[in-house]
Amino acid sequence: MTKLNELTITDAARGLRAREFTVRELWDACAAAAHAKNPELHAYLEIFAADDAAIEAAQARIDTGDAPMLCGIPLAIKDNILIDGHIASAASKMLENYRATYDATVISKLKAAGALFVGRANMDEFAMGSSTEHSAYGPTKNPFDTTRVPGGSSGGSAAAVAAHLCIAALGTDTGGSIRQPAALTGLVGLKPTYGAVSRSGAIALGSSLDQIGPLAKSVEDARLLYEAIRGADPLDATTIPDGLYPAKEVGKSLRIGVPRALIGEGVDPDVRATFDATLAKLEAAGHTLVDIELPASAYALPAYYVVMPAEVSANLARLDGIRYGHAARGKTLLDDYLISRTEGFGEETRRRILLGTFVLSSGYIDAYYHKAGAARTLLREQYETAFKNCDVVAFPTTPSPAFAFGEKSDPIAMYLGDIFTVTANLTGMPALSVPMGTVERGGKQLPVGIHFTAPHQAEAALFAIGGAV
Amino acid sequence: MATIEEVKKLAALARIKIDEADLPRFTKEFDAILDYVGQLESLTVGKAGGSKPVLRNVFRADGEPHATGAYTKKIVEQFPANEGDALEVKQIISHD
Repeated sequence: MTKLNELTITDAARGLRAREFTVRELWDACAAAAHAKNPELHAYLEIFAADDAAIEAAQARIDTGDAPMLCGIPLAIKDNILIDGHIASAASKMLENYRATYDATVISKLKAAGALFVGRANMDEFAMGSSTEHSAYGPTKNPFDTTRVPGGSSGGSAAAVAAHLCIAALGTDTGGSIRQPAALTGLVGLKPTYGAVSRSGAIALGSSLDQIGPLAKSVEDARLLYEAIRGADPLDATTIPDGLYPAKEVGKSLRIGVPRALIGEGVDPDVRATFDATLAKLEAAGHTLVDIELPASAYALPAYYVVMPAEVSANLARLDGIRYGHAARGKTLLDDYLISRTEGFGEETRRRILLGTFVLSSGYIDAYYHKAGAARTLLREQYETAFKNCDVVAFPTTPSPAFAFGEKSDPIAMYLGDIFTVTANLTGMPALSVPMGTVERGGKQLPVGIHFTAPHQAEAALFAIGGAV
Repeated sequence: MATIEEVKKLAALARIKIDEADLPRFTKEFDAILDYVGQLESLTVGKAGGSKPVLRNVFRADGEPHATGAYTKKIVEQFPANEGDALEVKQIISHD
């Protein structure tokens, strides 16, 4: 029999209802696995004690027969999502002792659904990175090969799900931070439409790009978790009502747009071969492949690395050592700011704050920030045009499988790994990464993912095509 | 090209200190990133790129405030220093 912590949400929910095991047994299985494997993997920054009241309440709801699917399901929560009374450090020294004063909207929704929280998942500091190597508390390791990164920034969430230290997890995605780690650890990861999920209570990185989303063991699990957290929220004015964008019908046969020109150089040959084989399989199953062109794509990554740092520099200005977080004291008030911020922020965070300060400065704002905004609009228009002839657009999620620790010490080499994922954040469109197979590196089989983008609010098309892979 | 002096100035604006020893490497990496995002210069935006996304009113009516003081205790607990419910900060205007 499969161990309880290895179950999917769907199977765990079925087993709970069939009285095959209790909520307590499911929790204990996840907590025990988390305690046993965390010293090696470092997926969690903190494993919570059992919340007896929540476990008993979940069991009671299941016993009475009217529990939502997530009732009694143990989840990992990325450390930049607030849970009332718990530390939320965003893996930064700056917020090492910051205790959340309220629940993020997604947490309120999950609590109402009866979900349980195993712990705070490790991440790159303030979600800046693609490997968790920028965590102030040390990196998370990839369960498939512990000499390699799990991806990032939601690398702790990904490793926790992949190693079965929880049933599923929440991450945040600003440029690929859910989808890239999902791909590198063999999971399904969804970046919802911008505005589909409330950002209230998520520690902001790039406010026009950030979305909270699920990392899960199956497409159905990702859909369940997404359905549980989505919805307009008065606490986040950027959330959108249902039906804001024209509804797209999802038929049995989907048209898959493939931008061949973009998938040539830079993608590892075996990743490319796996991608082509997956597309061939989908075609054989009755879906149609359509050649599309997205010529502005070359500008996506440069535009992203202008918009994101600009928003970072503004968002992180609030962390000044005065009201909360790391508070060092010098001789003058200016010293208080300088010392608190210099001690509190890691190198990558400082780099992006400076970059953002630069691109927003008066002499350069037209050349960089405004140009990036125009590139963003152009990308959205080109995707909208492409979606006249296809239902989803397909890419490999990453050009390569998980890389070794320290392999991408040059910042630009690290940034280039986001090349296929950032566009969905710039356009606000939803995107899903699904496992498409493995490639061999150093004698180990490493997972790689296929990435689908759909028009705004067309998550249903993503789940349909994801299910078909 | 970013110079060490420019990076120092940006750091001062951002209220961050970069160690003198790290400045040359930091400036070099900073320059490489600027060079990379500089690709945007070759982007020409004509008629395309001018469309507006779906616009709507995102404001809501005032109302439903939370009870006064509901979060005060928790927030005060996060203060580095406090006097009662007030945040204590350095005196910046002297009376001498």
